[in-house]
Amino acid sequence: MRIIQFLVRKEFLQIFRNKGMLPIIFIMPVIQLVVLANAANFEIENLKLFFIDKDQSTLSRLLRSKMDGSNYFLLSGFGLSSQDGATALDRNQADLVIEIPSGFEKKLVRENTQKIQLVVNAIDGTKGALANFYALEVISQFNQEIRQDFQAINKVGVSPFNRLQVEYSHWFNPDLNYKTFMVPGILVLLVTMIGAFLSAMNIVREKEIGTIEQLNVTPIKKYQFITGKLLPFLILGLVELTIGFIIAKVVFDIPFVGSIFLIYGFAVIYLTLVLGLGLFISTFTETQQQAMFITWFFLVIFILMGGLFTAIENMPLWAQRITLFNPVRYFIEVVRMVMLKGSGLMDIKWHALIVFLYAVGVNGLAIYRYRKTV
Amino acid sequence: MKRFLAFVRKEFYHIFRDKRTLVILFGMPVAQIMLFGYAITNEIKDAKIAILDKSKDHLSKRLSEKILSSGYFVLEDYLNAEHEAEGIFQEGSVKMVLIIGEDFDENLQQNHTSHIQLLADATDPNTANTLINYTASIIRSFQSELNDHRSLPLTITPEVRMLYNPNLKSVFLFVPGLITVILMLVSAMMTSISITREKETGTMEVLLASPMQPLQVILAKVVPYLLLSFVNALAILILGYYVFGVPINGSLILLLLECILFILMALSLGILISTVTHTQQTALLISLMGLMLPTILLSGFIFPIENMPWILQMISHIIPAKWFIIVVKSIMLKGVGIGYFWKETLILVGFTLFFVILSVKKFNIRLA
Repeated sequence: MRIIQFLVRKEFLQIFRNKGMLPIIFIMPVIQLVVLANAANFEIENLKLFFIDKDQSTLSRLLRSKMDGSNYFLLSGFGLSSQDGATALDRNQADLVIEIPSGFEKKLVRENTQKIQLVVNAIDGTKGALANFYALEVISQFNQEIRQDFQAINKVGVSPFNRLQVEYSHWFNPDLNYKTFMVPGILVLLVTMIGAFLSAMNIVREKEIGTIEQLNVTPIKKYQFITGKLLPFLILGLVELTIGFIIAKVVFDIPFVGSIFLIYGFAVIYLTLVLGLGLFISTFTETQQQAMFITWFFLVIFILMGGLFTAIENMPLWAQRITLFNPVRYFIEVVRMVMLKGSGLMDIKWHALIVFLYAVGVNGLAIYRYRKTV
Repeated sequence: MKRFLAFVRKEFYHIFRDKRTLVILFGMPVAQIMLFGYAITNEIKDAKIAILDKSKDHLSKRLSEKILSSGYFVLEDYLNAEHEAEGIFQEGSVKMVLIIGEDFDENLQQNHTSHIQLLADATDPNTANTLINYTASIIRSFQSELNDHRSLPLTITPEVRMLYNPNLKSVFLFVPGLITVILMLVSAMMTSISITREKETGTMEVLLASPMQPLQVILAKVVPYLLLSFVNALAILILGYYVFGVPINGSLILLLLECILFILMALSLGILISTVTHTQQTALLISLMGLMLPTILLSGFIFPIENMPWILQMISHIIPAKWFIIVVKSIMLKGVGIGYFWKETLILVGFTLFFVILSVKKFNIRLA
């Protein structure tokens, strides 16, 4: 025990001595959290709408102001020919083009039905699909309104129409605030990155500058060595997490519904796993550059497949199975569940068990791989 | 010239000697494009839902069946009461609860109106919205079935065309960004690290003391990375085209020329970084924090720039990757000519000149 204490103190001395690393450990994450939370915004609003009105009638103008008045769209321009719309799309001045054909109003009244054209810029698939949905919603509302007016004026007796009234509500995040969704995920990202990079580069650095041999000739046991490397970073990681929580609360006003102790408890297991992974990488690499690249490589895959930006359920089945081996996935899920929905221990028991087994395995491997001989 | 080639050959030896880094250099783009192509998608299918059917008549069952057979949803559970919704959301897997009101069929027969309620887990706002939209459109078509497809007076029928990416594949969006990030990684980051490594290990002095001009020494170091990044960009384009069908609608030659322009910009940036740093670690951290992160976050690669607060939008203007991504998207997906992006191209040329001039000024023949 005393040996581990000394090792921990040595690590801390090394960390705090390196004045270049301190800002990276403490200030970078704060900046990243603030920048990322503001940048990672898939909130879809103010879609640029280009309106081509070949009809210039009362109804077409009414539709235009109806679209413009909705929260989703911002009228970015209007024209008289289809060519104008195509140009606007090519020049990135429109996300959506609506084209009203000439004779729209007359035909609608006379023939009871009329087509209009919607052209959506679908390079970004999600945005395109939502732009389409929103436009259809507004148009169908508009349609219903003019129909009612028409029927009221003309007193047309219509046989009753069966209507299904759909109401919907958004739970846990009624304002659909995208930051509420992203910030907990970004927190996980930061803690993971700092933990993995610092631990991965740590033993390699001792190898590179040669001090590893000095440690090897001491009577320190392998497990003591790994524990001594692990503990300081675990503490740093928890401090990092705390800073993150404070920012989430103070700057972004993210709700915290569940138990904070549950998250800290889970974070300890999770960090042990991440740090073990970093230490494992550093046992088989020779230079810091290599360690950095390998860590970067795995982190990118973990993060992309962690459900931070895109939901895991949307992946094909084989990819979903792969994510079962992705530690980042579990922590992101747990933080979101506990913070935003108030899930309890029973809801996350499988997450905790899996990450725990994973942590034991990886750290065992790191201890096994670490050779005291060069 | 012969001497110059020898220097280039030496640099290639350096690169090919470090097998692990090389594997990652080529493995990373391939792995990433595979992930983006196959795994990362916003298309919703098999979202788990729970159903609370308060009437349990034949019509409400028909509606549930119609919704479940759409392919977007999988039934996780039937609920018995409204208060169970919160618990099932907390367990985490259910994304939406469909509540069919009481006396569904009867109400429809008598009052011609029935109620349906959708509760969505909005912790992920976009998924929630998309699920509600899908369900609403299924319900709409069910409603029109109920009315025997009778058309109403004054029906506007919108005809929708999805331009540039008709199947809404996410990989279309990511290929241009991926090329940009990889080019930045290989050109700027690798160059800056490899030059600082020569400084650190002391071999830079040997090189500078050789009869080569200092400028030639640097050029010789840069040429291999130019080739390497170009090969990498080609690999992504070919993979994207043949495996995922990402089109190149515009001129391929123009696209490759723009790639070379961007590589030159990134290389000059790499040289600039190496002139102001002395250790690999600082070069690495500056490249990673100062280049990679902004390139990934603020270039419009993943996150749309127009959604950002104005200060980040301002910052995004000085990120070369942003302009390059606009150019690549325009050529590949929109298939438009230089007339549409000469401004962006000029900006990239400007960046390149700026970095070259600055690094020539900063370049020191004598090492401290």
